[in-house]
Amino acid sequence: MRGKTMKVEQISVFLENKAGRLAEVTRVLGEAGINIRALSLADTTDFGILRLIVDQYDKARQVLKEKGFTVGKTEVVAVEVPDRPGGLALVLQILARAGINVEYMYAFVQHSGKNAVIIFRFDNLEDAISLLQKEGIHIYKGEEVYRL
Amino acid sequence: MIRDVFSETMPREDLEALQLRRLQAVVERVYHLVPFYRRRMDELEIKPEHIRTLEDLELLPFTAKQDIRDNYPYGMFATPMDQIVRIHASSGTTGKPTPVAYTARDLDIWSELMARTLAAAGAHRADIIHNAYGYGLFTGGLGFHYGAERLGATVIPVSGGQTRRQIMLLQDFGPTVITCTPSFALYLAEVGQEMGVDFPGLKLRVGVFGAEPWTEGMRTEIENRLGLDALDIYGLSEIMGPGVSVECIEAKNGLHLFEDHFLPEIIDPATLNPLPPGEIGELVITTLTREAFPLLRYRTRDLTALNKAPCQCGRTICRMSRLRGRSDDMLIIRGVNVFPSQIESVIMEVPGVAPHYQLIVSREGQLDNLEVQVEVDEATFSDEVKQLQALAQKIQKQIKDYLTVSVKVKLVEPRSIPRSEGKAKRVIDLRQQ
Repeated sequence: MRGKTMKVEQISVFLENKAGRLAEVTRVLGEAGINIRALSLADTTDFGILRLIVDQYDKARQVLKEKGFTVGKTEVVAVEVPDRPGGLALVLQILARAGINVEYMYAFVQHSGKNAVIIFRFDNLEDAISLLQKEGIHIYKGEEVYRL
Repeated sequence: MIRDVFSETMPREDLEALQLRRLQAVVERVYHLVPFYRRRMDELEIKPEHIRTLEDLELLPFTAKQDIRDNYPYGMFATPMDQIVRIHASSGTTGKPTPVAYTARDLDIWSELMARTLAAAGAHRADIIHNAYGYGLFTGGLGFHYGAERLGATVIPVSGGQTRRQIMLLQDFGPTVITCTPSFALYLAEVGQEMGVDFPGLKLRVGVFGAEPWTEGMRTEIENRLGLDALDIYGLSEIMGPGVSVECIEAKNGLHLFEDHFLPEIIDPATLNPLPPGEIGELVITTLTREAFPLLRYRTRDLTALNKAPCQCGRTICRMSRLRGRSDDMLIIRGVNVFPSQIESVIMEVPGVAPHYQLIVSREGQLDNLEVQVEVDEATFSDEVKQLQALAQKIQKQIKDYLTVSVKVKLVEPRSIPRSEGKAKRVIDLRQQ
């Protein structure tokens, strides 16, 4: 049960590679009063996948679906990484030694605090969370992330 | 050159008398040997003895590709299996192919008609024929092969693909005749140019191109770039394969249809009424001599017009104009027949994929491209790029496996494919624009 609250809900949105689609997503969210906390865009020649952490997950999902977007839900982990040289390397080495694969990751834009927050997507979420906690790496609770 | 002067230059009244005798025989046979035709004719209350003149052809039932499918695989065969020596197949309108059968005599006639075809194109026994039609279930490769051997020419059975190697053979083996699809001919010219090959300097003299519609503009381009006479050939596997009709090298003005073996009609595809000579409509063919797979009034769905005037080459058999298109939604992609419904049935077999798709046909350089746009919905969506790419590749592979045609699958957003009132616009063909 403890791991559960450690998970962060991420919205992913399918985007065709054509002008204005990203602008449309941000416009829809903005008009609904939803704040984007972090985002990354994976793109190929044909399509892109926009991944978002927002302050109101359910509402964001609802308004995007209403506008006809294909949205998905993924659980990710927000990890605190020391803001100094080698900070991220330390975390990645722990994961690599345990054989845990990172599907993708992106940085969180955070103004307060002295450390960075990195969003990780793992295949095996539970194992990754318990490993990182055992190694003394701080993981943010979902609730904390939405409010950051 | 005319290979069979007797058959190809017969006075029309003699030809029509021969056609009537053969028509009566084929109607008699299918009525007794093919349950499908017995049923159809009984429904129309037509007996074989009702066919007294060629005009009585109109009394007979049509045959559609769907009828062959409904009798899949062997229900339309008119001879027992021990007399059938070969089976070919064309792509069906869904995942299943449409099989056709040949007795030894059917193959003999086919070889003879292909020898006539090659002779009409100016080929003779001293020629070396580079045959780049695909060998296999498709009738193109083996049809030309047997015809070339019957003619006494030397055949190089290259089949399709391996373009650069083919160009090497064209240079080294010195063929004088090439047979392939017109788009492949232009592709050879293009690749040859990149390789610095002087095509007009090669020994190639004649090309016989078919299996897909092409234009006079393409003829001029092929002739200039390859340095040969380019001739149009027509055929379809249901009727026999290539060798139903061909242009003569003397006139290059219409495809001579071998009327002693095939009885052509032109109908209005909407009303099914016959159209007079010269008018464009759907070509309907009754086979006059096929043993294993006789067909009455087969609707080819190809649009053309017939001309019964004698040709300057001396032939009296009628000529059909270049194909003007299709009366159904069939696409021809690099020589392969593709129906949108086939793509649909493949897409529907991939779990979770929405039934909304659109086909975009374009021509890149000289080759046809088929892009299949598939909508991504929540069931198939993933936040990982590799999952979505795997989905697109899976659909691509299944289409390739079923239809033998390479396509590009593009994932698009839901509702980005226009929904129209009633029938969706499934195909956007950019080649004609």
